[in-house]
Amino acid sequence: MSDINNTRARYAIGIDLGTTHSALSYVNLSESDGEKSSHGVLKVPQLSAPGTVEELSLLPSFVYLPHADEVAAGDLALPWVTQEADAPFVVGEMARSRGATTPIRLVSSAKSWLCHPGVDRRAAILPSDAPAEVARISPITAATRYLTHLRQAWDNAHPQAPFAEQEITVTIPASFDPAARELTMEAAQAAGYTSLTLLEEPQAALYSWIQTSEGRWRKEVKPGDIILVVDVGGGTSDFSLIAVLERDGVLEPHRVAVGEHILLGGDNMDLALAHLVARKLAANGTQLDAWQMRALTYGCRSAKESLLADSGLDTAPIVVPSRGSKLIGGSIRTELTRSEVSTFILDGFFPQVEASSRPAVRTRAGLTQLGLPYAQDAAITRHLAAFLGRQVAATNELEGFAGRQSQDATFLHPTAVLFNGGVFKSDLLVQRIMATVNDWLYMEGAEPARMLAGADLDLAVARGAAYYSYVRRGHGVRIRGGTASSFYVAIESAMPAIPGMEPPIQALCVAPFGMEEGSELELPGQQFGLVVGEPVHFRFFASSTRRNDQIGDLLDFWGPDELQELSEIQATLSAEGRQAGDVVQVRLHARVTEAGTLELLAVSLDGAERWKVEFDVRGTPQQ
Amino acid sequence: MNPSSSHPSFWRRVPLAFGAFFSTLSDAAYAARVEKLSLPEVAPVAPVAPAPAPAPVHVPAPAPVILKEATPDAALQLLALLQREARLIDFTQENLGSHADADIGAAARVVHEGCAKVMREYFTIEAVRQEAEGSRIVLNEGFDSAQVRLTGNVVGSAPFKGTLSHRGWRASSVRLPKLSEQHDAAILAPAEVEL
Repeated sequence: MSDINNTRARYAIGIDLGTTHSALSYVNLSESDGEKSSHGVLKVPQLSAPGTVEELSLLPSFVYLPHADEVAAGDLALPWVTQEADAPFVVGEMARSRGATTPIRLVSSAKSWLCHPGVDRRAAILPSDAPAEVARISPITAATRYLTHLRQAWDNAHPQAPFAEQEITVTIPASFDPAARELTMEAAQAAGYTSLTLLEEPQAALYSWIQTSEGRWRKEVKPGDIILVVDVGGGTSDFSLIAVLERDGVLEPHRVAVGEHILLGGDNMDLALAHLVARKLAANGTQLDAWQMRALTYGCRSAKESLLADSGLDTAPIVVPSRGSKLIGGSIRTELTRSEVSTFILDGFFPQVEASSRPAVRTRAGLTQLGLPYAQDAAITRHLAAFLGRQVAATNELEGFAGRQSQDATFLHPTAVLFNGGVFKSDLLVQRIMATVNDWLYMEGAEPARMLAGADLDLAVARGAAYYSYVRRGHGVRIRGGTASSFYVAIESAMPAIPGMEPPIQALCVAPFGMEEGSELELPGQQFGLVVGEPVHFRFFASSTRRNDQIGDLLDFWGPDELQELSEIQATLSAEGRQAGDVVQVRLHARVTEAGTLELLAVSLDGAERWKVEFDVRGTPQQ
Repeated sequence: MNPSSSHPSFWRRVPLAFGAFFSTLSDAAYAARVEKLSLPEVAPVAPVAPAPAPAPVHVPAPAPVILKEATPDAALQLLALLQREARLIDFTQENLGSHADADIGAAARVVHEGCAKVMREYFTIEAVRQEAEGSRIVLNEGFDSAQVRLTGNVVGSAPFKGTLSHRGWRASSVRLPKLSEQHDAAILAPAEVEL
């Protein structure tokens, strides 16, 4: 898939496919040498209003599906020739602003839907609350449109260096499961990306930090460091742990653990503040409609940013403009105070909790699975405590790390923290996380962690991705790690049936932890009989903590948090050259592609035939 | 002018000859001109150009300066941006007399914040003079009168010494959005109808 010896490439391109914004960054290969690299961010031409094209460094990740009477000829013209779609659509800034007033035609957070196991991600389901006459699109189509727009923007700006010939990296959340990774890959291929690699966002943030330091990073981190990457974006929070090893005198970062997918981000904070202010206004007899509520959310965001940034400020005024042309008198003035922001944001989203605290889980009301599975506990610090607690043993097996952490540690002790995401432009929030983590460390008698400074909070992921494309060509340091989970299929135990009880299952490890890109393993011993033409389903599990299970290991028992069930996988043998109903004996192989996706293969015993075992992305109701 | 003095000397002709040799080899257009030289000389009385040359040969008479006519599109586009981001048209179309200062102040926040955003996003604006206002500065001969305007006791000749009363502003770049052919810039803000 990915061609590392892509000799025609003149640029290494990195694409941050974000939940709310996407960006494209690049490294000029001919002007880069070793750790000094020449890089830039592509200004993406996009519609900002009908018939108006602006060049912005971010592409808002929104698709707007306009009504036929909403747009006139030429209103949607871009600097390049767009492919005919079944129905007109708009991507970018105009989609975002139009969608704010007509949300039923707006596709947003497509990335979160792409990894939502409860829905069919290839089906046209977005916008989820659109009326019947709107031609919906699938999450994968939405992602394809963002990626296509970025490709066309590149080709428009660099006709002499076509996109298809460059080295491409697309970022994904570290918490994406194998199915979501494969769907991202599928979207990229549909968008005409021929040579690409996937990279986890927290790793991209660290690459960006390494690149920005131009070699000084070797002085700022030392062997034995455990770097905690805290990435809070607009809609998601993502944690990773990266340990720094020394091999043959060379520093080698290893990504040792990634967190769960948490749908919680900066947008939730703005919305929470807007509701607080709206309640205050309602107490004085002013009711806001949906339009004013959006304007208030926008106002709260800038008020929050100024209050969190400037410690001398006590209140920040917010004005909700009138909708009609009577601006004076029709506008509503209110304010946000410093204490409200610190109570709501600091104590609501970043409370100083114990290391032992865990996110609250409440049982969901019946039909909530139709929407996105948002995090139920808003406290990012509690999610962080849970992550570090779960990964307490993450570095035990790593060479040079044995015995570094005391035996009674209840969570993994990070020694450095790297922040990413626009939320952390506020020093207050950075300090709160540092203080909380250092409290936890102090309680267990460990040294305080230090903060790795100098990160570019908005564009680090895109920049880091471009740098990774560059690193893959053999320059600079590379983060190792492989898969961040081990994977299992369920096998029914051979035991007599007991009425009223499901037969107990065993978990068969089909892919161990830390498989590197380009490696393939065969499942020893176990053979499966597959019936030609009939799909066979397996329950599929992942574990982010069981690091020592080898391929072929059969588990009888596991802890309640150790294994997470993912969507089913299924194998279908094509009937080609066989009678339907024949049984073929196969072995399972696990393969991690160069691009970074996991593939399970059913291989016939003579090895001559291979069938891909598919991840079921049609949505299985969650238990 | 003495015609003989326009003929180059021998020593001047040596580099000329070499130069002509190499230029004839490498430059086809030059070679064509050299080829023309060896044709019998035409009386240079009335140089009839082979093609009608657009450049007039005569010395241009002092013509009236052509004033540029500003295209309305960019101006309309800026107005539309100021309305969209800052509600500037709404604000200026209202009668301030009937409103309390507190209401005007609230609206002014919207206008101020939006105008600042338009300035920031579509222009790069910097001061013409970097010195602090109120400081004494010296303008040397040949200063650009478009960039610095002299006021008050304007007599004598450069260098001028004076006090900087305003730093001036310069737009060092303009990044207005591009418009499609069919776009009607006269619609500064469309009417909105909620269904």
